[in-house]
Amino acid sequence: MAMSSVAQQRSPMRFRGRSYMAFALTPEPPIVDWLAELDDWIRSSAGFFVGRPVVLDLAGVTLTSPAIAHLIAELGTRNIRIMGIEGIEADKLGPGLPPLLKGGRAATVEAVDSASATKPAARKEPSSLLLEAPVRSGQSVFFPDGDVTVLGSVGSGAEVIAGGSIHIYGTLRGRAMAGMSGNRAARIFCSKIEAELLAIDGFYRTAEDLDSALRGRLVQAWLNGEVLMVTAMD
Amino acid sequence: MGKVIVVTSGKGGVGKTTSTAALGAALARAGENVVVVDFDVGLRNLDLVMGAERRVVYDLINVVQGVVKLPQALIRDKRIETLFLLPASQTRDKDALTEDGVGRVIAELRTKFDWVICDSPAGIERGATLAMRFADAAVIVANSEVSSVRDSDRIIGLLDSKTVKAERGERMEKHLLITRFDSARAARGEMLAIEDVLEILSVPLLGIIPESEAVLRASNLGTPVTICSSDSAPARAYTAAARRLAGEDIEMTIPTDKKGFFNKLFGRRAA
Repeated sequence: MAMSSVAQQRSPMRFRGRSYMAFALTPEPPIVDWLAELDDWIRSSAGFFVGRPVVLDLAGVTLTSPAIAHLIAELGTRNIRIMGIEGIEADKLGPGLPPLLKGGRAATVEAVDSASATKPAARKEPSSLLLEAPVRSGQSVFFPDGDVTVLGSVGSGAEVIAGGSIHIYGTLRGRAMAGMSGNRAARIFCSKIEAELLAIDGFYRTAEDLDSALRGRLVQAWLNGEVLMVTAMD
Repeated sequence: MGKVIVVTSGKGGVGKTTSTAALGAALARAGENVVVVDFDVGLRNLDLVMGAERRVVYDLINVVQGVVKLPQALIRDKRIETLFLLPASQTRDKDALTEDGVGRVIAELRTKFDWVICDSPAGIERGATLAMRFADAAVIVANSEVSSVRDSDRIIGLLDSKTVKAERGERMEKHLLITRFDSARAARGEMLAIEDVLEILSVPLLGIIPESEAVLRASNLGTPVTICSSDSAPARAYTAAARRLAGEDIEMTIPTDKKGFFNKLFGRRAA
């Protein structure tokens, strides 16, 4: 009893995904020449890298772990701080080096001169993801850009994570997490609920705190302030 | 060109090996050329269920590594001429299987047989993924209980993503075989109902095999149940499933063992 009352008082822990635009530096051999070229560039646009997230893409060069550390130190003297490394095997990175990053996507960077402020990101087209096959146990669907619609069921041990709302026309037995990047207006709809977990913008509810009268019914989940509501629609 | 079938389940102990042997024997009995392949390297069982454990000389690993030619490792069944076994190695582990090697062996088996039935090990590791890798169709073996059903769901996800067929963007043909079904326990609500299993997995049903002593007896005798006691309920269910696999349209029933005096008398002799 004591345990559960403590759990109720404490506000639930929340996790959110967030994405940032980072600049990727791509060294080319020989490194000395590349650094000289970089110096020329910095001279013409002083302060360009200050305060900007920078990622080092090492796919074009083969460097040992000490050589990577040396390169990062060299960049440090030019006021470039590296937040992550990509294009390299994980075992090449010692404990003192920035973490390995994966799954980066190319983005267009408009030419910015040193004085101009960051431009607002181009408005994205609204997008959605339609899945015609069931989401099977162990599968994870991650779609930060909008709504996800599943025509089949979402199996126990499967998860659907969406930036927008989630619509499931089969049975939801796994987890559904909507509005993952701070969209509180997102909702979850499913035609039959047997869910393990529902979450909107990090506020969640597990199967245990779900009203048992709702099980197996057509429901929607939505946020009322900071409380995740689940209501029947049939 | 033969058809490659993987018999898989995720969970152990649901009846993959029994089903591989029973389906293989039923197809061979109908005159088809069949090879059953044991992928459970290190924990092989199919040789026992097929009654060929004392005849194993070379195995799948030897063929995969190119040490021997395929015909040297194939064991012909003593009861049915068109049934063959390619055994697994008991002394090696699954890392000895390479994707290229398995692909080569499966391609060669495909040219020699009508049916290549691969008995997958439990789990989702290397042995299981290689067993399904080159398959044209899958028989998913499940018991009507929640853990088996969820593991099968996981396996279906892998069949739809990690096989050569899936990677080519083609649809993997899938069949669900429910084994060890106990209609009395299902009626008491102690097992998932067949409809619930079908609803969760949404894969077409190939057959329902009733729980029966005949299966255990057949395993211990080293004879596939479809040969050993071909009139028993599980044998009839497996034979019907094999015919459905071959494309026949047969009404779905759950065979039962009638416990009449007559059957008791002859049932004992059949064993």
